[in-house]
Amino acid sequence: MVAFDEMTGTGAELRPAYEALDRWLKEAPPEMLALRRSQAELFFRRIGITFAVYGDEESTERLIPFDIIPRVLTKPEWAKLEKGLRQRVTALNMFLADVYGPKECLKAGIIPPDLVYRNACYQLEMVDFQVPHGIYCHIAGIDIVRVDADTFYVLEDNARTPSGVSYMMENREVMLRLFPELFAMHRVAPVDNYPDQLLATLRSVAPRSASSDPTICLLTPGQYNSAFYEHSFLADKLGVELVEGSDLLVKDDVVYMRTTQGPKRVDVIYRRIDDDFIDPLVFRGDSVLGVPGIISAYKAGNVTLANAVGTGVADDKAVYSYMPEIVKFFTGEEPILKNVPTFRCREPEANAYVLDNLDKLVVKEVNGSGGYGMLVGPHANKAQIETFRKKLKAQPEGFIAQPTLALSTCPTFVASGVAPRHVDLRPYVLSGANGISCVPGGLTRVALKEGSLVVNSSQGGGTKDTWVLDA
Amino acid sequence: MRIRISHSITYAYDEPVRQLTQILRLTPRDHDGQHVMSWRIEPTVDGNLRAGQDAHGNIVHTFSADGPISDLAIHVGGVIETLDLAGVIRGTIERVPPDVFRRDTLLTTPDDALRDFAVAATRADSTPLAKMHALTEALHDLLACDRSGQRTGIGAAAAFAARGGIPQDLTHVFMTCARQLGIPARYVSGYVAQSDALPEAEGAHAWAEAHFDDYGWIGFDCANGLCPIDTHVRIAAGLDFADAAPVRGARKGGSGENLAVLVSARAANAQFANQ
Amino acid sequence: MHDGNHAFPHSRFQDAAPRIAKRPDLTMLSRTADSLYWVSRYVERAEYLARILDATMRLTNLPSSYGGAGTEWHSAVATAGCEETFAKAYGEANERNVCDFLTFNPDNLSSIRNCFALARSNARAVRTALTSEMWDALNSAWLELQRFEKKRMDREEFARFLDWVKNVSLVFDGSAYRTMLRDDSYWFSRLGVYIERADNTARILDVKYHVLLPESEQVGGSLDYFQWTTVLREVSALTAYHWVYREAVKPQLIADLLILNRRMPRSLAACYENISRFLDALGDAYGRHGPAQRQARKTLANLSNARIDSVFQHGLHEFIEDFISENGRLGLTISEQYLQ
Repeated sequence: MVAFDEMTGTGAELRPAYEALDRWLKEAPPEMLALRRSQAELFFRRIGITFAVYGDEESTERLIPFDIIPRVLTKPEWAKLEKGLRQRVTALNMFLADVYGPKECLKAGIIPPDLVYRNACYQLEMVDFQVPHGIYCHIAGIDIVRVDADTFYVLEDNARTPSGVSYMMENREVMLRLFPELFAMHRVAPVDNYPDQLLATLRSVAPRSASSDPTICLLTPGQYNSAFYEHSFLADKLGVELVEGSDLLVKDDVVYMRTTQGPKRVDVIYRRIDDDFIDPLVFRGDSVLGVPGIISAYKAGNVTLANAVGTGVADDKAVYSYMPEIVKFFTGEEPILKNVPTFRCREPEANAYVLDNLDKLVVKEVNGSGGYGMLVGPHANKAQIETFRKKLKAQPEGFIAQPTLALSTCPTFVASGVAPRHVDLRPYVLSGANGISCVPGGLTRVALKEGSLVVNSSQGGGTKDTWVLDA
Repeated sequence: MRIRISHSITYAYDEPVRQLTQILRLTPRDHDGQHVMSWRIEPTVDGNLRAGQDAHGNIVHTFSADGPISDLAIHVGGVIETLDLAGVIRGTIERVPPDVFRRDTLLTTPDDALRDFAVAATRADSTPLAKMHALTEALHDLLACDRSGQRTGIGAAAAFAARGGIPQDLTHVFMTCARQLGIPARYVSGYVAQSDALPEAEGAHAWAEAHFDDYGWIGFDCANGLCPIDTHVRIAAGLDFADAAPVRGARKGGSGENLAVLVSARAANAQFANQ
Repeated sequence: MHDGNHAFPHSRFQDAAPRIAKRPDLTMLSRTADSLYWVSRYVERAEYLARILDATMRLTNLPSSYGGAGTEWHSAVATAGCEETFAKAYGEANERNVCDFLTFNPDNLSSIRNCFALARSNARAVRTALTSEMWDALNSAWLELQRFEKKRMDREEFARFLDWVKNVSLVFDGSAYRTMLRDDSYWFSRLGVYIERADNTARILDVKYHVLLPESEQVGGSLDYFQWTTVLREVSALTAYHWVYREAVKPQLIADLLILNRRMPRSLAACYENISRFLDALGDAYGRHGPAQRQARKTLANLSNARIDSVFQHGLHEFIEDFISENGRLGLTISEQYLQ
């Protein structure tokens, strides 16, 4: 299986977007590339952009490797992607409003009702509750993979608390510092207006009772969370307070933050805490990260949570397999972005096929994330396959399976020099009462191990700057 | 049967509480076979007590108070009139579809032993209803029930492995098995009155309800090995104990919490019932 | 709209250089203020521990006929205010045990190591409230500390280590002074410094008061000279003493310098002058003066009106003990008024 290469296509050609970069790479001595790479690393260390790896005692703070060769998209490629992303996120929001409201899509048989009702992410507290301005998923991260010149698949929708946007911005920052000559050769669409767009989005969804200058804050689980750097980065760029659960209090269904001048009312909370932990009075009672009473304030309409509670039902992997039908049902249009062909193991025929072909397929747990509850058939050993076979037989509805995709590759600077490595792309889509926005590009993640298809940072993936050429 | 209930939950704190919020699911609603004649809910500390409803339609009081508070008691009670409907539940408020109650939750996560047991205990029966009766009997025989009120729940799998637990645990075991068999099951918290039929059962109690396409919701009480009768007073229902918990709270300060609970549920003397 | 004019990376370079936290209106999260306050306290405390160790080393290096009583190391632990924890962890107060306890011992909440660890973790939680210079100072101190921790140190190396600790504090303090906006974040950070410093100076006096009393001058005679100079060294005031008094070292003047003399930056009076000043700045900015301001003013007035001979007359020890508990109370009041 030969993967499509972002620079050379299926082999011999040189794709136009990469012409200048190719010339530059040919002239650049490897020592220079190595030097710039170590400068980039130094930059990231200095600013302290780290993430925590769960279960890794050695170092709780680690750098995600950064690759200095950018991934380049042309303007028409991006235009098509962006259109597809807007359509997809529109559908996600309409789907959420529907399953927590009239449930038309369930009645119409677009998706089996039990897939929604039995999903632990379908939050009963949200049923028949009108979220402020009707928007559920304010910040979405849609994982995209490419298999050929024209085909982009959505691999996963992240509708809860997608992370990584700080890497998108810092990657660009470091590239601008280290490779000014490359930016002189290319017209690269900027990404540094993301915080402004995010702030506008958050302001637009303030509750109607809020003042014209709503108070916004970013709620973090705290400095030991793997994405803490990003939380503090974003709070800083947005110019809003970075709060922990204990900084907030609820009185008479109004949320306040504890300040040196006493309690100050909060109108919009960009929360980076999962549903389960956000309110110990409603969800997990053992959560010390959340704010007791915040759900009650939310339901009284006195505060907006972004994203809304209960968006997880839309990015469930089993629901994912119905996304093409969902997009069509709600937008009345053909989906612009395709889904990866997916076997729903809850369907007996599909499961039989999956069990027969475990060595060829990627099997994913429907409620897992971060690549942990996953079997990559072609790279798995017998024991791993047998473990999954047992799981699949015991609980088929807990899984989906997909063919192993030939993710596109992109030239990457590795130990042996410049070589192709598999990449994906996570663009960030913002939805507010002010409409949908999406900065050009997103975060490109790269599997640094030769042949590996797993791009997750927790499994040895790195990142690249993503360029959308403006001309 | 006319039942008089008196339930006191008393907290004493080593270090005073600065701020406290509690969610109280301690108020019954009317439905077929249950009529609330009188009911009160009284915290002994001044604060803000507001009534609302949760996702299931249970009546929820949110109580919040500012400290310093060293002692707090919540007194609830009243008089309920009940009828024996052989466990059939009708006239309740239903906010979410039965499919919701097929979810696994933290307290009702099955393990292999529970999966095997659910199938084995109900193999001889063909209808869902018969299977649930069989399950109730099997669990009543197999699991020891601790009614001391001194212990807290440990979850379905652990209770099953230990072959016993408090009524909450037995209920979770039943629900886990039912859900494994594809039958929606939910948790009910309430009270059981003293009676000749159940001489040891008096007090706060928990049981399960299972849903059948033909009959709707029917109650199953594994601790007592029967379907709820007119001694059972239904207070709240949910996905599991955590979802239907009588009291959930959060507080600032107040380390060293000492809890005491006193419950009585007795047949009300008709003479006093109308006060 | 955007025509890709990103070919000017140099202007962006400057972006990433020193950054000053800015806030539109003057109020901050209580937790942020709390962290700023404690970051300063911990750094100040680390420096203080280094000074105690440094001065004690000097004193114990003297031949015993020059006044060494053999209890110097015990007195160092007492001055650090952690006698109880020490007694539990070690038996004897000797050089090795005490140095270990006060520097790298992870179980001693007030070891230099833990002071730096706590300062950094408080700083990390409120990264954006610090300037990058302040963060750099703490972050590199933490990394460097781990290198020291791994080394086997001889006396010379240990002395270098103590110098380094004092230096970290200087760099941190200097960055705060030179890079922070003069608003509430700065004032809270300063309050931490001075509350801690006042406590430290008072503790030195509390442990050493007996060598400053007139009787001991008669009993010990000139042997006490080195005890006195040690007290001065612990607050870096030996040279200052001579400049201020132009006299031989005398216990009463030492007490005057450390308690009442506002020219001496570690004196209780100087600390309270600053505490009162920064609390007033907060009160003015927030439009409300509260119990913290009143308490600080009262203590400052007491220090301004006192004369050293009357302090001795009424009992130096009592005076110091009262001060320590009042200073502690002010810390709690500040915390209640602003930091919770």
